[in-house]
Amino acid sequence: MKKPFLLIAMLIASIVGLTACQNVSKQGESITIVGSSALQPLVEAAGEQYSNNHLGKFVNVQGGGSGTGLSQIQEGAVAIGNSDVYAEEKSGIKAKELVDHRVAVVGITPVLNKKIGVRNLTMAQLKAIFTGEVTNWRELGGPDLPIVIINRAQGSGSRLTFEKWVLKGAQAKQAQEQESTGMVRQIVATTPGAISYMAFSYVDKTVASVKVNGVKPTDQNVTTNRWPIWSYEHMYTKGQPKGLTKQFLAYVYSSAVQDKVLPKLGYIPVAKMQVTRSLDGHVRAITP
Amino acid sequence: MDPIRQRLLKKSRQAKLEKRGRLIGLLCISLIVLVVVAIFYFVASRGLATFYHDKVNLWDFLTKQVWNPGTKDSHGVPAVGALPMIVGSFLVTIFAALVATPFAIGAAIFMTEISPRRGMRILKPVTELLVGIPSVVYGFIGLTVVVPVIRRLFGGTGFGILAGTCVLFVMILPTVTSMSVDALKAVPRYYRDASAALGATRWQTIYKVVLRAAMPGLLTAIVFGMARAFGEALAVQMVIGNAALMPHNLVSPAATLTSVLTLGIGNTIMGSLENNALWSLALILLLMSLVFNLVIRWIGRKGAVKS
Repeated sequence: MKKPFLLIAMLIASIVGLTACQNVSKQGESITIVGSSALQPLVEAAGEQYSNNHLGKFVNVQGGGSGTGLSQIQEGAVAIGNSDVYAEEKSGIKAKELVDHRVAVVGITPVLNKKIGVRNLTMAQLKAIFTGEVTNWRELGGPDLPIVIINRAQGSGSRLTFEKWVLKGAQAKQAQEQESTGMVRQIVATTPGAISYMAFSYVDKTVASVKVNGVKPTDQNVTTNRWPIWSYEHMYTKGQPKGLTKQFLAYVYSSAVQDKVLPKLGYIPVAKMQVTRSLDGHVRAITP
Repeated sequence: MDPIRQRLLKKSRQAKLEKRGRLIGLLCISLIVLVVVAIFYFVASRGLATFYHDKVNLWDFLTKQVWNPGTKDSHGVPAVGALPMIVGSFLVTIFAALVATPFAIGAAIFMTEISPRRGMRILKPVTELLVGIPSVVYGFIGLTVVVPVIRRLFGGTGFGILAGTCVLFVMILPTVTSMSVDALKAVPRYYRDASAALGATRWQTIYKVVLRAAMPGLLTAIVFGMARAFGEALAVQMVIGNAALMPHNLVSPAATLTSVLTLGIGNTIMGSLENNALWSLALILLLMSLVFNLVIRWIGRKGAVKS
């Protein structure tokens, strides 16, 4: 009969313990950042460095996807919401309330299963593949293999970027969807005739990237927009950032992150870009 | 007042303790009920918003085959046809149950009737071990072993209903087996004795008496396994291919309600149509698990009347 009381005592103890923990972290300062999984590694690395350099200041970073990032920041539940896409591009987001901080650029490249052997595709061919007009690699100078499209999930940042610049509004063919880039890479590597797309930093020896219109997918080509499939990585705040949020964003923009952390993780610093691109896709050269 | 009378009228320590215990029990129960009601309310309010707020026709939702919540068709109605997912979910569930049932009942018969001692010593720990394996491990094995094998045998990509069935079969096997064992064990010993006394062989006893008497319990075990298969998300999502297309055959990529849910929920905004449509799928899942529960209860009651 003593057990219920023991249980309650434990419950109370744990609640007290939890609130105590909260108090500890409140003595320091902490912010929470949620969203895009493509941006997560960068923000995590930056947050860790920042906490190491500034005692008592904590940056909690969580994934969850661009949609989660935008909806959480809109509700004001977090300090910063990460997104691969402009807030204006997501339905249900009041973009006017949010302030955009573009912290990096990510290039996205089509990847093929290695055995296909196709090394060059035109943008029109790429579009034909993903809209389902072309269904066999033979038609594109490859072996007689059916084309297997692997998509990312609907609403994923990489997919939105890829479809925006490759399909240009055309309806994509319904195809397999996978949750994460790692999964996509594994499937493309092992499935004959598979094609998908991923950020430059994820491409490794197991898959083959292709030239599009004769342009190689390199950081250099992204900075000049010769490689058009790229997107900004956004960190959104609700209203102008204040306090720790502001300090952390300043840190992300500092050379400690932009010049040292970004290239290591495969992102392109915004400062390296020789062009800017607006929401509606208008590209303008930056004159130094 | 004399002390004995006083002591009798006063509440004893035990009575107080019992009252306190009942209060705690009541609180726990009401908390659980509250949580269940809250979940139902939340899922229903979100899931029904697709039909009330976004004006999607329920019949279209259940029977149309194009799932692309971000876009609208020529009539300006969002393309939310959930049929491919509903069909996918039911197919993997039914196939998994069909494959798992003979194995499970066979193992259960071996463990209870044919060789109880060896069965209990070897088979039982093995099935219990299977229960403890996390679903992501099943999914990973499915992805690295089952999918390539299916690709080699049947062509295509290897992703599809068949791969999902294979993974789910292993996942629900232990559940169905251990529940079947319980059902067979619950058959009274004198049934078997009476059957033997009538001159029946062991096989005749098992087939005509034990299995018949345990039928409600066995059905419950199968439905329980189906409920688990229907709700499984992660492992299925890894091997089924997640293409919201009507499955043409068992090796073409398909999708289930759960796989579309887990894929999409992080990429949508609360309150938008894309999000509401996913909640509608969740509502279907919830209603289906309710149906499974009711079926189990119904079988239980019918079985109880029989014996």
